[in-house]
Amino acid sequence: MIRLEKRKQPSQVWSYLTPILAVIATMIAGGIMFWILGKNPFEAIRIIFWDPLFNTQFASYSRPQLLVKAAPLILIAIGLSLGFRAGVWNIGAEGQYVIGAICGAAVGLAFYPMESFIIFPLMVLAGAFGGFLWAMIPALLKIAFRTNEILVSLLLVYVADQLLASMALSTLRNPDGGGFPGSRNLQQYPSAANPELIAGTGAHWGVVAALIAVIFAYILLAKHKLGFQIKLAGQSPRAAHFAGVNTSVIIVVCLGLSGLLAGLAGLFEVAGPAGQISIDFASNYGFTAIIVAFLGRLHPVGILLAGLLMALTYIGGELAQLMLGIPLAAIQAFQGMLLFFLLAMDVLTDYRPVIGKAKVV
Amino acid sequence: MQLKTILTTATMALGLATAALADGHEKTKVGFVYVGPVGDFGWSYEHNEGRLAVMEEFGDSVETTFVESVPEGADAERVLTQMALSGHDLIFTTSFGYMDATMNVAAKFPDVKFEHATGYKRADNVSTYGARFYEGRAVIGHIAGKMTETNKVGYIASYPIPEVIRGINSAYLHAQKVNPDVEFNVVWVYSWFDPAKEADAAKALIEQGADVIMQHTDSTAPMTIAEEAGIVAFGQASDMKNFGPNAQLTAIIDNWAPYYIDRVRAVKDGTWSSMDTWDGIAPGMVELAPISDKVPADVKAEAEAMAAAIAAGDYHPFTGPINKQDGSAWLAEGEVADDGTLAGMNFYIEGVQGEIPN
Amino acid sequence: MDLSAINPIVLIASLMVASTPILLAAIGELVVEKSGVLNLGVEGMMITGAICGFAMAVETGSPALGFIGAALGGAALSLIFAFLTQVLLSNQVATGLALTLFGLGFSALIGQSYIGVKPPTSATLILGLDAMVFVGIGIIAVTWWVLKYTRVGLILRAVGENHDAAHALGYKVVLIRTAAIAFGGACAGLGGAYLSLIRVPQWTEGMTSGAGWIALAIVVFASWKPWRVLLGAYLFGGITVLQLNLQAAGVKIPVEYLSMSPYLITIIVLVIMSADRTRTALNAPAMLGRSFHASN
Repeated sequence: MIRLEKRKQPSQVWSYLTPILAVIATMIAGGIMFWILGKNPFEAIRIIFWDPLFNTQFASYSRPQLLVKAAPLILIAIGLSLGFRAGVWNIGAEGQYVIGAICGAAVGLAFYPMESFIIFPLMVLAGAFGGFLWAMIPALLKIAFRTNEILVSLLLVYVADQLLASMALSTLRNPDGGGFPGSRNLQQYPSAANPELIAGTGAHWGVVAALIAVIFAYILLAKHKLGFQIKLAGQSPRAAHFAGVNTSVIIVVCLGLSGLLAGLAGLFEVAGPAGQISIDFASNYGFTAIIVAFLGRLHPVGILLAGLLMALTYIGGELAQLMLGIPLAAIQAFQGMLLFFLLAMDVLTDYRPVIGKAKVV
Repeated sequence: MQLKTILTTATMALGLATAALADGHEKTKVGFVYVGPVGDFGWSYEHNEGRLAVMEEFGDSVETTFVESVPEGADAERVLTQMALSGHDLIFTTSFGYMDATMNVAAKFPDVKFEHATGYKRADNVSTYGARFYEGRAVIGHIAGKMTETNKVGYIASYPIPEVIRGINSAYLHAQKVNPDVEFNVVWVYSWFDPAKEADAAKALIEQGADVIMQHTDSTAPMTIAEEAGIVAFGQASDMKNFGPNAQLTAIIDNWAPYYIDRVRAVKDGTWSSMDTWDGIAPGMVELAPISDKVPADVKAEAEAMAAAIAAGDYHPFTGPINKQDGSAWLAEGEVADDGTLAGMNFYIEGVQGEIPN
Repeated sequence: MDLSAINPIVLIASLMVASTPILLAAIGELVVEKSGVLNLGVEGMMITGAICGFAMAVETGSPALGFIGAALGGAALSLIFAFLTQVLLSNQVATGLALTLFGLGFSALIGQSYIGVKPPTSATLILGLDAMVFVGIGIIAVTWWVLKYTRVGLILRAVGENHDAAHALGYKVVLIRTAAIAFGGACAGLGGAYLSLIRVPQWTEGMTSGAGWIALAIVVFASWKPWRVLLGAYLFGGITVLQLNLQAAGVKIPVEYLSMSPYLITIIVLVIMSADRTRTALNAPAMLGRSFHASN
């Protein structure tokens, strides 16, 4: 009988080894699934994991796209991780992302067609502020009435989606668009656009912001008193109380920061890669970022890597659909497996499997 | 710089591929980008049926690929670029929201042909195509006007966009022509596809006295509800006879196959050129399912005659005199709506109850 | 505008039908959370139940067997979650989300050959209501009774409130939680099958379109009390149905606001309920979301 014994300290070696083992296990299990579906498993795995990075034909295009896809995930996940560490459960980053995009785009569109260097910074502020405000609704309700923030933040996602549809159809609709839904394309409005900063790198301001957020979160958690308080509030609310941590402040900071970063992610996306406010602008980044946060073990550097890995499976998954005709359903199942294995293998970091007589469990 | 180099190389490679094509040695590679899953049994499903028809028509001489559930925006642009980079000759982008992505990618790959559904931006290598579903709606409007006993027609609408508003106007216009007392109750569900909500909407409409249901959403839920309630309905996108054997009077079927086969053939022959296609009943892009026996023979004959007249070009569903909802004149006696106004239609015609959201 | 056209009895009957999927999924999740486990994979289990039930009903021609298949399918999927979180101690939030992703993909894979197929019809009892509406209410009643009056319920709550103490008393924490998770999966599966077999009825990919998330919200709304799940589900379903009825009746309220109303009103009602400080609304099981390891 195998049982688990808690390590005195989390194993450094295993914390690096488990993700690699998980990816290998996924390749085997996923390969079997692809084989059952009648596809060549080796080719499928190669296309998903290898081709986006190293294919001679198009890797130089898809590699930068990794950053484009990963940036919003990382930006949102960093914010969420602070809250998750403190035990503040913001499940509604998707809504804050949408509201950030709406506010930012609205500011940009209000100036159209004026050209000025000040417009984009104002949009960034509006995007951040919009996300922040949307997250303040669950924060303030929690402080004032102890209303559960999971429920409020989650339901506000649906409200944000309705607002988005309404904006795309009316207030922000492109007046030159012949009555079709969707705003003007911000990519075609230089003062409001969030372009690729260095051609061929995929890096736009959102990528820069994601990297800054990673560094900022790292310093906050490692060095700053607030970071310590956040961790304490999550690990032991009672101890935090006695240490003089003000829970209301923690709630406002955690929800506020995660809303702000999600709002920023929305703004950078709408002004850059997406280009416009449309009915279907929301694309689940807010929910996927929750997975990214936990895959990265709530650690800034881990989140960076997890975000890139998720982005890789998305882009590789598209290629696999395109080149091998693997249905999206199989790709989703494959992503699910990868997450299962990553989460399952994590146990080896904190626990040691021991063969021997089991105690009564 | 690097991107530019690779793009140039790729375009050169594609140029070679196209050259090889003309000799008939290489397969034509055709890509499809869908906004929903192919299993939605609605919009994306019908486009995929078109793809399957292309495969059947050309056999081994074409290779088709598709990517499903591609979000509009950045993801669409990436998928399109990767399709272009991996040697596709022709790419169908099957949702309005792919318009800017299609234009951007098309500008980078002048040798790849693009076909964008329901949009209005074109380029030398970008065509647009759409279907005049309002022609079908005119026919079902006529049938609905004749069939309703409560004079209430329930209409389940998705989003207030020109396509949907045009459908409401066309159906109402022709229902009201044969039944001046008819009333349309429109419920907006703010979704293209939400079976549960569509079912609830159908129920709500039936409870309000509607005895004919029309839908401009994709799921078969309203048809099933109509069947249960013992009333009649019209199928949308696909023939929904299976789900409402008694309820379905007819269905407006999206049939992209003839167009897709035409365009693929044009690429193979080297005769493809950029154009704007807005086809209706005539070439079979808009198809009507067989009209049910529940419809009295004379009504059925009238409906079929109307479809034939539209197909022959003898009748345009929007022929004046037609006023706008506020009573102001839109089309004078005998005047026919121009495509521009139809494409951007954002007003109700006289007699439609309620307001367009926003 | 003709409000008199809205018949209250018919409205209640349709809100009961509209609420049943989220009601079933929510009561299952309530039991899971009472045992101290947070499973965010409800959406994934619902959609898996939707296709398993659909396939079973189509193959056997029996809706009843379909529902059994749905419960088994949902429970089977939830056991993946149970194995990962209970045995391998993985993070529950992330594992639940992964379960949703996997469930959406997996169900679409199985469902490929069932697109456009019509399921066998199920009989209705009264007012167009089918047996499952009452089964749902029955499950709530039984859950309430078991949690409140039986030893099993006591143990389940004890595990959820303090797993170390429960363990010290000799209760098999992991086993109890696994059973609760499987029950939650079965209920979510039933909820999904209710959509694919009765309410829609049809199989299409992604057909649950967020119902699982609403079910999660309803559990919190109910502050982990079974009868309040019924209240929450009926409130939410009721407003959804009512807003469509108001639209159909031609009420002049902007559609956008009507569409948002189910979410906004649920939030407002919860705020009012949680503002009542005398009731110390914090009913959340103390161990919610925490892993248990015997050597802790």
